[in-house]
Amino acid sequence: MPKIYTIKDSILENRLFINRIVIAFIIIMLLSAGLVARLVYLQIVGHEHYATLAKDNSIKIKPLVPIRGMIFDRNGKVLAENTPSYNLEIIPEQVEDLDNCLARLKKLLDISDEKIDLFRKQRKREKSFASIPLIISMNDEEIAKFAVARPYFPGVDIQVQLVRHYPYADLASHVVGYVGRINENELKSLPEAEYQGSSHIGKIGIEGSYETELHGKTGYAEVETNAQARAINTVRTNEPTPGANLYLSLDIELQKTAYDALDIYNGAVVALDIKTGGVLVFASRPGFDPNPFVVGISNKAYQALQASENQPLYNRALRGLYPPGSTIKPFIGLAGLEYGATTFQHRLFCPGYYQLPNVAHRYRDWKKWGHGTVNLNDAITESCDVYFYSLALTLGIDNLKSFLQQFGFGEKSGIDLVGEKSGLLPSREWKKAQRNQGWYPGETIITGIGQGYFQVTPLQLARATATLANRGEIVTPFLVNKIAKSSAMEPGPEVHQGAIPLKSENIEDIMTAMINVVHSERGTAKAVGRGINYHIGGKTGTAQVFNIKQDAKYNENQIEFKLRDHALFIAFAPAEDPKIAVAVIAENGGHGGSVAAPIAAKVIKQFLGNYKHED
Amino acid sequence: MKTETRREQFEPPSIIGTLLRWLHIDIPLFIALLLASFISFVILYSAGGQQMDVLLRQAVRISLAFSLMILLAHINPRQFKRYSALLFGIGIALLLAVLIMGQIGKGAQRWLDIGFFRFQPSEMIKITTPMMMAWYLAEHSLPPKWRHILIAGTLILIPTLLIAKQPDLGTALLVASSGAAVLFFAGLSWRFLFSIAALLAGLAPIIWHLMFDYQKARVLTFLNPEADPMGRGYHIIQSKIAIGSGGIYGKGWLGSTQSELDFLPESSTDFIFAVFAEEFGLLGCLGLLVLYLLIIGRCLYIAAQAQDTYSRLLAGSLAFTFFVYVFVNIGMVMGVLPVVGVPLPLISYGGTSIVTLLAGFGILMSIHTHKKFLPS
Repeated sequence: MPKIYTIKDSILENRLFINRIVIAFIIIMLLSAGLVARLVYLQIVGHEHYATLAKDNSIKIKPLVPIRGMIFDRNGKVLAENTPSYNLEIIPEQVEDLDNCLARLKKLLDISDEKIDLFRKQRKREKSFASIPLIISMNDEEIAKFAVARPYFPGVDIQVQLVRHYPYADLASHVVGYVGRINENELKSLPEAEYQGSSHIGKIGIEGSYETELHGKTGYAEVETNAQARAINTVRTNEPTPGANLYLSLDIELQKTAYDALDIYNGAVVALDIKTGGVLVFASRPGFDPNPFVVGISNKAYQALQASENQPLYNRALRGLYPPGSTIKPFIGLAGLEYGATTFQHRLFCPGYYQLPNVAHRYRDWKKWGHGTVNLNDAITESCDVYFYSLALTLGIDNLKSFLQQFGFGEKSGIDLVGEKSGLLPSREWKKAQRNQGWYPGETIITGIGQGYFQVTPLQLARATATLANRGEIVTPFLVNKIAKSSAMEPGPEVHQGAIPLKSENIEDIMTAMINVVHSERGTAKAVGRGINYHIGGKTGTAQVFNIKQDAKYNENQIEFKLRDHALFIAFAPAEDPKIAVAVIAENGGHGGSVAAPIAAKVIKQFLGNYKHED
Repeated sequence: MKTETRREQFEPPSIIGTLLRWLHIDIPLFIALLLASFISFVILYSAGGQQMDVLLRQAVRISLAFSLMILLAHINPRQFKRYSALLFGIGIALLLAVLIMGQIGKGAQRWLDIGFFRFQPSEMIKITTPMMMAWYLAEHSLPPKWRHILIAGTLILIPTLLIAKQPDLGTALLVASSGAAVLFFAGLSWRFLFSIAALLAGLAPIIWHLMFDYQKARVLTFLNPEADPMGRGYHIIQSKIAIGSGGIYGKGWLGSTQSELDFLPESSTDFIFAVFAEEFGLLGCLGLLVLYLLIIGRCLYIAAQAQDTYSRLLAGSLAFTFFVYVFVNIGMVMGVLPVVGVPLPLISYGGTSIVTLLAGFGILMSIHTHKKFLPS
């Protein structure tokens, strides 16, 4: 191909080229301006939006669970504490051959297949870098065995976790209660932010009632995480506020005495510090060991507890409903004096029964041949039924009801425990509303000896006794004496409900009669009054059992036992300056004087014995 | 200018001046490039997870690239012109070789493994294509005739298609634009430019049909990233979050959460601009953009000052292609252009791209420092 030489016009070319350079520069500047516009749009206009997205991307909130407050008795004895539990945990991503590792661990520590399956299930739900428990709460032998072999198990380690522990187990189970895993229903009603990361919640007892104080305030850490949600570092932490320690008015040693004294009987003992209303004893027998509930009680064990005829899960002191029986008599007597329906000296002949005019039905006295001629003092000391049949009828149900109500019968005491029963103080209105029936005089008569519809809790009985011994100054029971927040001690609930307007001579008379129950020769509880250098005021009671479960299978002996009356006793001491009020109910104990009164006496003696030392 | 240069020669020669003249370095360009390299180290340290070995490898590459630049600056532009066609031919041959080896091997193949060094022929072709174009068009009078345009177009198309087949859309785009830039600077008529644009628009469906699935996916993702936030849209969404969260002042050096925590993929390579924007904010971005524009401006100045047509066209093309680099990368990272694999020039970690870029600047320096001084 012949080469063609073209003549180049260099001036034209030069101008053209410079022209193009300028155009290129303009294009470049325009496009750059476009980039700048986009930058401005993203970094100024959209900044807030994208900054939020970036934060959401990288910052995860990790809850910091506060340490639960401890519970102490009045002498600083630990009732609920947090003890370390040692778990064997595996971080799957750090284990080269997980199957092999599990097989070796199984051989070393004799781990059940069930646990390994549970581990595998949990592993599927968790991130590969999460620590997943294989054995919860290792025993010393397991810890020792693993400690030796640990170098051969990279990615496997023992992790410490705090677990709630109740050293007194069944002794205070109904007062202290227990914590358990948060269930689905609770999850719905709980404040979500506060319970993120918390696995347990107080279910019953103090643990349940003071959940907010004990739980503390959940803190949080803002943790920077990467795209795989692995925590990289902690940006900011808001430390949790540990739960407050609670100091109860309860005396666990006294509680133990009461609990042990109940011995073979199911029942309850409640003792109150009359001066303050502090609960000294709040025993319900049988108790149960709350510790298994913390780690998750097995279904079988729970069923066994529920099915037990002794009903160990039942808080008798708080929720047990019993007829007050003769323990109501001092209150009826006081009502009689206050309303002028009788005088302390007024005498009445007791033939062993009581009859309404023109009615054949005889209301029997517990003493078949009668007490003879008795005044109010004798009637209380010897527990004459006939006197109170008569007095109750004279007073009438309306007066009875309004008088007894002042002592807290038929309503909740307001103790700082949830689930309290209000009992039943029968009245004309109640019967009308509940049964749509009129009130019969016969019902007034039996109310006079604490039978019929009348139902009280041991706590109510103790409270009424304390109020009586406090000469009408209403005692409001409470368990938590002090709430120790991190900074200061806060006093527990203190409620003054005023005083019942009572004539002091009337109350002195009744208290004298109650001292005679324990200390006079004819007293129904005279056995417990011997050998002490102070006076105890008391009243025995026997409540008829009309509420036997007919569906249960009992053998002959047990039927007899179960049909025996409940033994009751109320007491205060020292009578001259009452400090402690006690109510005892021994189910199927038979006689208040022989069974319930000694239990109360043990509590009183121990308490006042200690009391003297303190002075 | 010329008189100034002359005057310099009569001044007593300083050691530095002599050295620079001997090195054939353009000082403003050199300083700008050093600054860019410094920025690269700074941001790579952060984006690469603060690993020194990443910086070390980048340092080796940059030293290599600077050496090559100085070496090329030494060579008289006439030599480039002379070997343009040969180098282009070698480039095409290597591309074919890569393609054939790719057929034998599996999947995408971009490298030739020559023992100690993996060589990417497509990088070399980025320079040899404008060289070839400049050489071809400079042989004829400008503005180019239709016939020359047709041949030039074919010359662009050959390497472009070969690279697109690898498949490497980003490089193909850069190669095509480097060739087209030569045509543009050669004075291609506006009528022709617009007809090409119209033709491309008409061809779009056919190109779409010819594209690989992953390329189609990228385009679709670009059009609507939120449609697939966890999949293909992830890159763009995360990079927009990074840029946007930087705000005006940025989160500060090493303050990028998006890259530090692995939310931003390719944070050291193609998406490094997002890390830069997150850490240094709008002000930093504007600064970087200004630096780029200074480099481009200097290059265009060199082109305008060049003495022969070949040098002008080549210099203009290299300058413009550098901008295309910047524009495509930043555009894609900001979500205004589809994600094609184009690194942020001089800053991104990796590969042969920095070597090629500095080789281009070497040629520009050569053009600027080998001017014949015409007698006044």
